[in-house]
Amino acid sequence: MSLKTSFSIKSVEFKNRVFVASGTFGYGDEVGDAVDVNSLGAIVTKSLSLKPRAGNPPRRITETPSGMLNSIGLANIGVEKFIQEKLPYLRTLKTSVIANIAASSVDEYCRVLQLLDAEDGIAGYEINVSCPNVKEGGLSFGTDTKKVREITEKLRALTERPLLIKLTPNVTHISEFARVAEEAGADAISAINTLVGMAVDLRTRKPKLSTVTGGLSGPAIKPVALAKVYEIVQAVSIPVIGIGGIASADDALEFLIVGAVAVQIGTMNFVDPSAAITIAKGIEDYANRQGYNDVGDLIGTLDANIEFSPLHSWLH
Amino acid sequence: MRFVQESAQIVLREEIASGIYILRLESPSIAHRSQPGQFLNIRTMDSYGPLLRRPFSISNVERNEIEILFKVIGKGTQILSRKSVGDEIDVIGPLGGSFNLSLRFNHAILVAGGLGVAPFPFLTQSLLSQGKQVTSFMGARSADQIVTRKLRNVQLATDDGSRGFHGNVIDLLREVLKDTPLPEARIFGCGPTAMMKALSDLADSISIPCQISLEGDMACGIGICQGCPVERRGGEKKYSLVCTEGPAFESREIVLR
Repeated sequence: MSLKTSFSIKSVEFKNRVFVASGTFGYGDEVGDAVDVNSLGAIVTKSLSLKPRAGNPPRRITETPSGMLNSIGLANIGVEKFIQEKLPYLRTLKTSVIANIAASSVDEYCRVLQLLDAEDGIAGYEINVSCPNVKEGGLSFGTDTKKVREITEKLRALTERPLLIKLTPNVTHISEFARVAEEAGADAISAINTLVGMAVDLRTRKPKLSTVTGGLSGPAIKPVALAKVYEIVQAVSIPVIGIGGIASADDALEFLIVGAVAVQIGTMNFVDPSAAITIAKGIEDYANRQGYNDVGDLIGTLDANIEFSPLHSWLH
Repeated sequence: MRFVQESAQIVLREEIASGIYILRLESPSIAHRSQPGQFLNIRTMDSYGPLLRRPFSISNVERNEIEILFKVIGKGTQILSRKSVGDEIDVIGPLGGSFNLSLRFNHAILVAGGLGVAPFPFLTQSLLSQGKQVTSFMGARSADQIVTRKLRNVQLATDDGSRGFHGNVIDLLREVLKDTPLPEARIFGCGPTAMMKALSDLADSISIPCQISLEGDMACGIGICQGCPVERRGGEKKYSLVCTEGPAFESREIVLR
């Protein structure tokens, strides 16, 4: 019997459980023939804003131990140009496209989503309320439960398509934000966005990034991301998509086992543009070896003794 | 953009100056697509330290082989310098655009600061095949850092005066051009930012079109991470990406800081 790899969120079926994360795969057309993009579970686009954004001044990137800091500042071509120039290509793909939306006001989120909702070829939306590298919007939204509720409610009213809220780990209890998003009508939670981090150049004593702090990503953050996903899974009943430092099938499997329904590959796409495809194959191999008929049967199979877990003492 | 990702075997490793190495890689699919000015993005380790690929100018191409030229400055270059002939490395390339050779010029002036010389052997090969005259200016800290392999008509400058002109390579270029103005010339430059800035100013002042090849801190090399912006001079667009819109830019179109 062949292994089932597909799954659904709302009425949208994804061919497998490995997506490429926003900002780490462009608009899907940059990799050319070097990657079989049709084998991806979904492409989550670079964050789209109402108007084009030039992004932050250099330096925007610096490497750190097993990771990197970025401060791109949501550089993107804007939603209108995306619809005109990128969507026609994306529509030809045999993989789902999730449009990621970033904005500096509630109204801007709504207007971007409405423009996209009038177009075919978009499976759903992921709402970025968690960018650490912009002055307006970004973390000021993602660290305020009232704002997360307001944004989610307003967007929910505007679309039937799956609505994913992407959360920041830069809060005390991420599960509170997940609960709020669930109550406000979100269909799924994406977690986590980057952790605020910093690096200093010893020669010049200047911060390595132009914006002083940036977002930490890569294998360094995987254990943090896994704990956050575990926390969210305990708190909500909507699906959770795990993101953060996933570099191998083993990493991805950990997220599925703690309860994520799918994963997104981010920073590793920069290192190996085919990473997500390699990881999807690795998950299938593991599921086959373990005798499963459906990759989904792995989800939430964590065998944990929660008696000693400090998380559970305040979560319930 | 047409690039490939492949495992390339090292066929030559040579320390050609103090701490400066050449690696020659067998990679027919990349070699056949490469143009002068393009670069490779190389994964130095399978593990996560260092995590990101390292970009290197394509220094020379002969038949199925491509060469990179680098100095050991950090962990990535140190790891590469310790590779052996026969080892395979994961390479993505060719990336970025080529030097623009379509402008009308007869005489190419190549100006290199330190390891900025890396793309010039390949460029020289291409210029000579088009029948251009080539004069090269190479600046280095000291005599043991000079690399002139496969360059033509080289004039040298060293910061410490241990060989050639005592001073920086831009001052040398200025002196030479003062005595022998070159009609129908075009400058190609590559080196540290301060040197490129001085070169751009000089090119402006003597009205010779100048193209400079930049380095940027980049994660992907293929236009996805948006990590390597360079500021544009005027115009509607604020930044260009070094990886996909460069690495070579007309000096008058960008701002160096």
